[in-house]
Amino acid sequence: MNVRFRCNGRAVEVDVPPMSRLLDVLREELRLTGSKEGCGEGECGACTVRIDGEAVMSCLVPVCQVDGASIVTIEGLGASVVHPVQTAMLQHGGAQCGICTPGLCMSAAALLERNPHPSREEARVALAGNLCRCTGYQKVVDAVCASLAPEGS
Amino acid sequence: MSIGTSPPRRDGLEKLSGRALYADDFRPDGLLYGATVRSDRAHAKILSIERDPAFDWSDVTVVTAKDLPGPNIVTLMTDDQPILADGITRHVTEPIALVAAPTRERALAAANAVKITYEDLPSLFDPLLAEGHDVRIYGDDNVFKRLHIQHGVRTDTTSHLIRGRYRTGLQEQLYIEPQSMIASPRADGGFTVRGSMQCPYYVDRAVKRMLGHDRLNVVQAVTGGGFGGKEEYPSMLACHVVLLAQATGRPVKITYGRGEDLRATTKRHPAIIDLATLVSPEGELLELHARLWMDGGAYHTLSTVVLSRAILHVGGPYRCPFFDLEGTVVATNTPPNGAFRGFGAPQAQWAMERHMDRIARELGIDPLELRWRNLYREGDVTATGQALQDPGAFAVLRAAEAAAAAPVVRKTVRPGVENAELREGRGIAMAWHGCGFTGNGEAKIRGKVALEVRGSEVAVLSSSTDIGQGTETIFPMIVADTLGISMDRVFNTEHDTGIVPDSGPTVASRTAMVVGGTCEKAAQQLLGRLRKEHGEGDFDSLLQRWRAADRGLLRVEETYEVDASVVWDPETYQGDAYPTFGWSCVIVDLRVDVDTGEVIYDRVVTATDVGKALSPVLAEGQIEGGTLQALGWATAEEVVLDARGCMRNDRLTNYIIPTALDAPEFVTALVEIPFAGGPFGAKGIGEIPMDAPAAAVAQAIERAVGARLDSLPMTPERVLAAMEIR
Repeated sequence: MNVRFRCNGRAVEVDVPPMSRLLDVLREELRLTGSKEGCGEGECGACTVRIDGEAVMSCLVPVCQVDGASIVTIEGLGASVVHPVQTAMLQHGGAQCGICTPGLCMSAAALLERNPHPSREEARVALAGNLCRCTGYQKVVDAVCASLAPEGS
Repeated sequence: MSIGTSPPRRDGLEKLSGRALYADDFRPDGLLYGATVRSDRAHAKILSIERDPAFDWSDVTVVTAKDLPGPNIVTLMTDDQPILADGITRHVTEPIALVAAPTRERALAAANAVKITYEDLPSLFDPLLAEGHDVRIYGDDNVFKRLHIQHGVRTDTTSHLIRGRYRTGLQEQLYIEPQSMIASPRADGGFTVRGSMQCPYYVDRAVKRMLGHDRLNVVQAVTGGGFGGKEEYPSMLACHVVLLAQATGRPVKITYGRGEDLRATTKRHPAIIDLATLVSPEGELLELHARLWMDGGAYHTLSTVVLSRAILHVGGPYRCPFFDLEGTVVATNTPPNGAFRGFGAPQAQWAMERHMDRIARELGIDPLELRWRNLYREGDVTATGQALQDPGAFAVLRAAEAAAAAPVVRKTVRPGVENAELREGRGIAMAWHGCGFTGNGEAKIRGKVALEVRGSEVAVLSSSTDIGQGTETIFPMIVADTLGISMDRVFNTEHDTGIVPDSGPTVASRTAMVVGGTCEKAAQQLLGRLRKEHGEGDFDSLLQRWRAADRGLLRVEETYEVDASVVWDPETYQGDAYPTFGWSCVIVDLRVDVDTGEVIYDRVVTATDVGKALSPVLAEGQIEGGTLQALGWATAEEVVLDARGCMRNDRLTNYIIPTALDAPEFVTALVEIPFAGGPFGAKGIGEIPMDAPAAAVAQAIERAVGARLDSLPMTPERVLAAMEIR
């Protein structure tokens, strides 16, 4: 099946079985390996991408569902200018081993657009679907709360 | 100077942008995908391995033990674990055969089409029962190791005898990146192995022995967490992918799915710890008698050294005139247990801290006061006869109390639970942790680091990997500050055994302290060499003179030499068990839901003696992450085994690790009592965060609802049950 969608601002078309996981299409067909597989069942959040603005776990999405959609992956998050959440994560030490980091950044970016000045608890709720085993989340929450959402994004 | 500041981590932008390449991100031309056929029996003779005739095998390669080019041994400490089971399987999930196919789906389907017939043997799952049992799993008595230490003078004063039994369960490291490895054939008939790992030279040695030749290099890919789970296990996985690459002549990758990773890979050793103490009426410890058992699983892995560390830490940070400590690690028919952050010390200190609370309860002394009376002081002698210098116990206790004086901000968000009855509790616990290898470990390894000047930059060559803790940042900081140049000009090379010397494994809280110290000495050697040739001057002016004299490649290699004053007898276990100790104090504020037994963490204060915070942000990150891992062990993480010893809750939906919402706010105090043997005074900090939190949680639960828990994990069901017993 041919599926057309926009990915990181570019029009793409892939010819894959309709029930292929979006995560596999991104990683294997489009060679965008920044989205990671930690569990394959929507628990860890390492594969989080944004579909039409929503933070979604791409391991749970059959690719046929994104026909016509606009997708942003970690590769597109700070493509031209590093996104403020990436800058803040770097400054605050929010990344350690880094495997969960792309997914965390995607969830954080979605939060900051809805709510540019989240409280620490609001940040924790928004990130609760992204498991991290390294940081204890303290510096991730520090970073998200210190990020200023980019104007108009 | 960069030391003491917190520059952004070297690999940060690569990781934040998704450009960092982890093992599963590599897809070399001609790649085949591997899968593993595993035992579904706990203990059985393997009668046959057959291919299902209904399956299309045309593009599939199958490998079994008979295809091995060399000895069927995963090289580590003891030659007991086969690369592929041959004739007998000793635990469920043991690898029996391997397949390679053009796609992952085909490989998994082929693995399912390999049919194995068995003849079951009696199996053992309880370490207390397995010790000395007629059913043999290991040696004559199923004992991997027994260790006994006695030290000091017995008491003859009036005292109270207080006894308790304490237990801990299995825990999964749960690195978010599952195990992954690729082997690629080289033009010389050898192989390059690239993958997720902590210890490239462990892998290097294991694969070379299997191959029977040295045409191999092992390269660490960016590694998505380890926590000990990628210390020894990757050696087996690397042997597997190399076998498949040899059989097919093509690159082969195996990446475990989460379920397979949970079922098959190593976990923290479960432990049963009996403590008996003689205590004076004022609460002074007079004698400590410990009997500790650990379940090693079916193969030895690192169990004997895990046992050592457990026994050496079982007294906790407390002085005692007489120690009688015995530990036994036993073989059972469960998947092998192995390295996990803390390495036996968390289990042992969980027991001792709960025992201190029991003593406090029985003697009517405040638990904190009891600790004050017994903490190690300058010059006190440990169970191995080691006299302590600058013990930091009181310093961390005072720092934690000061930090905990600020009011606790309670969480308000509890989705779906508005009217719960919550009771508050505070708990405090303490720990010590020996930094670096036990005893003469470093003397055996003699880890090496090389520095090479490349243009205006300095390359650091070591096998010490960054698994998140910050090695790619810390080593350049140490070398740059020692040379007196900007850290932007110093970088670690790729950790490729074809290029880097063996600086030892990335384990035991030794990387910054021991290998970092070797980096410092290497930089001093580099400066010394330039000064010897070209007189005084700073690094850049000396380098100019070296270049002007056309002296060629500037490279030094430094070997870690153990301080001659450190004495250790591995036979009697007497002497200096560790070059130095870290110290920690944890104060937990939590609430317990009296209807569900659920624990809500509001704030956790830690104070940790780190020697010197080379990078405070990285140090805090280690401590906060390790503390949350310990809180997971305390109340959430439980491995449930079925009747065959196989993990039943093999998914992230039912093996629960803490989320951002479960985590407390951390207040992290760094105490700096410098260690002269570490770079800039630094001590190892990677593991100590795992030691004290669980006991602080237990004390806080007891204060909140009166439930006394001596077994981990303290799941809501167990908290409720303990409340009812009360």
